[in-house]
Amino acid sequence: MAVSGLATRGAFARAPRRGTASRLLEDERWLAAALLLPTVILLALFIAYPFVEGVWLAVTNATVGVPGKFVGLANFEMLWNDSIFRVAVWNTFVYTAVATVFKLGLGLWLALLLNRNFRGKAFTRAFILLPFIIPTVLSTYAWKWMFDPTFSVINWTLFQLDIIHSRINWLGDPGLALISVIIVNVWRGVPFYAISLLAGLQTINPELQEAAAIDGAPPWQRFWHITWPLLLPVTMVVVLFSVIQTFADFQLVYVLTGGGPANATQLFATYAYQLGVGTGLLSQGAAVSLAMFPFLLIIVVVQLLYIRRVEVH
Amino acid sequence: MARVVIRNLNKSYNEVHAVKGVNLEIRDREFMVLVGPSGCGKTTTLRMVAGLESITSGDIVIGETVVNELPPMDRDIAMVFQNYALYPHMSVYDNMAFGLKMRKFARPEIDRRVREAADILGIENLLNRKPRQLSGGQRQRVALGRAIVRHPQVFLFDEPLSNLDAKLRVQMRVELKKIHDRLGTTAIYVTHDQIEAMTLGDRVVVMKDGVVQQVGEPLDLYNEPANRFVAGFLGSPAMNFATVALTDVAGATHALGEGLQLALPPQIGERLRSHIGQQVTLGIRPEDLRVESGEAANGLSFGAVVEVVERLGSEILLDVKVGSGTMVAAVEPTVQAKVRDHLRLALNPERLHFFDCRSEAAI
Repeated sequence: MAVSGLATRGAFARAPRRGTASRLLEDERWLAAALLLPTVILLALFIAYPFVEGVWLAVTNATVGVPGKFVGLANFEMLWNDSIFRVAVWNTFVYTAVATVFKLGLGLWLALLLNRNFRGKAFTRAFILLPFIIPTVLSTYAWKWMFDPTFSVINWTLFQLDIIHSRINWLGDPGLALISVIIVNVWRGVPFYAISLLAGLQTINPELQEAAAIDGAPPWQRFWHITWPLLLPVTMVVVLFSVIQTFADFQLVYVLTGGGPANATQLFATYAYQLGVGTGLLSQGAAVSLAMFPFLLIIVVVQLLYIRRVEVH
Repeated sequence: MARVVIRNLNKSYNEVHAVKGVNLEIRDREFMVLVGPSGCGKTTTLRMVAGLESITSGDIVIGETVVNELPPMDRDIAMVFQNYALYPHMSVYDNMAFGLKMRKFARPEIDRRVREAADILGIENLLNRKPRQLSGGQRQRVALGRAIVRHPQVFLFDEPLSNLDAKLRVQMRVELKKIHDRLGTTAIYVTHDQIEAMTLGDRVVVMKDGVVQQVGEPLDLYNEPANRFVAGFLGSPAMNFATVALTDVAGATHALGEGLQLALPPQIGERLRSHIGQQVTLGIRPEDLRVESGEAANGLSFGAVVEVVERLGSEILLDVKVGSGTMVAAVEPTVQAKVRDHLRLALNPERLHFFDCRSEAAI
């Protein structure tokens, strides 16, 4: 007994002393801070810093190579009186609104079709995603080629079908250019809607459709009273993401038209780029970018409030 | 209220023949239960009556109308689903009112019917809740309510109680019975639970592999099963089966099997005459066995060794070994029996069942 008692005490004595660090990590507050640190650093470095820098640039008169001095809201005052900026704002709203309506409509229609049972379902679902997977710049170049006044395959087809008799200048005509750009945006965006809404549709119990059918609801009423309300939370999230992306779209317009002809397709992002990088007026470019912020903020707040309301009810 | 006639109904999915030549007549106001193991075609049959599945061949008549090609909404039926299928975004009231709104009933009439059904089901205080705020039993009531408000010709139930816990299931079973007695609407009820079938059904249809095995009143099916499957499916614990050879010993029919040597009374021997010299399946219900102190006078007893004793309070279930086979006997709670006891079990010849070994049909 005595021997074993001694041995036990010895074991206690030899237990390693725990360091300050490990004792601190036992405390949840310190542990939480330690675990959050990497994310905080990344966010600070790549999101917060550029944002703050952007805000700072917007209130200076910096140009390429010139650090610039604080000028207050002078840049915004200039934008206020800038007719191109006003065109860009208008275009951005038209671009976002029209493209979103079509993407939602076509995406929902496609999702409802894909939600049915048919041969080759998995293949079709994967295939649908293609426009979304291909790098935007590449697919947009393909579209540019298709819209080319001389080599346009679209014009060729319409011509052969005897629908048109002269070339359509898809990207050169100010009226058509915005429409063309919207078409490409819709083409690229529909798969995202379709697949996301399809995922939403699949969470809806098919028995509800059967119950509604027995309750006497024809297909359109079943969609309106059952499917649509149940899909609404997913739809709102999808639309939210899409609106933000579309509002700030750059690549597509940059490749197709560069904002032209005569600013007919100029958007917030392309104009910011043109001012800031194209002409080197960094501060004015930053001001245009920043001007997007309140609009996006309003859109996000309104939609998030709506999503919450839908979820509560 | 209407009768439902099913004539030579078939359903095939590609290679699978799920429902094979079903013929049924469900009388007006009758509560008909379709029972059978999973995949026996009972739910498919019900869904064809509902119009949720197309018919491969055959006819379904509701009232006087052949409904084969009619969509569900025009069949004047109401269905209660296994998972309730309540509309999650609607209140209980709206769930129940939906069918009436779709059929363009006037608002006061909708309100009157919803409140009447809620009163029958005791859910008046839940009308403003959403389905997710309800317990399983309450959801089941709402699903029932949704069917009741429509005053349909036929109620269709697809295993409505199988998602409830055991106690609630018994309670809802009783309530379903009461509601049917009160409303008198023709009902077709699908279940795999033989107790539900026995207790709820005015008549019961036992199905297996897409084929109707037997149709009849619950006790008739229980006492005179048409074949070995029905005999084994109805009753808990299930009927005991043993293979025996029928022999003629000096004009009397004897059944000889593993640990069994039974001298059958003349009237039973007469019934089995054509099977003398053949093997048949003997069926004995557990409750038809009793523990005998000595040799039974009529020569209808056999020796058994107790393997497991299950005391249920109201009765004792004895798992016994007979020869190399096993049987279950449901005996009086006063019987004193221990594991490894050697007993004599006696049986009532009137309650014996015999089945052809090949066709499995009752003899």
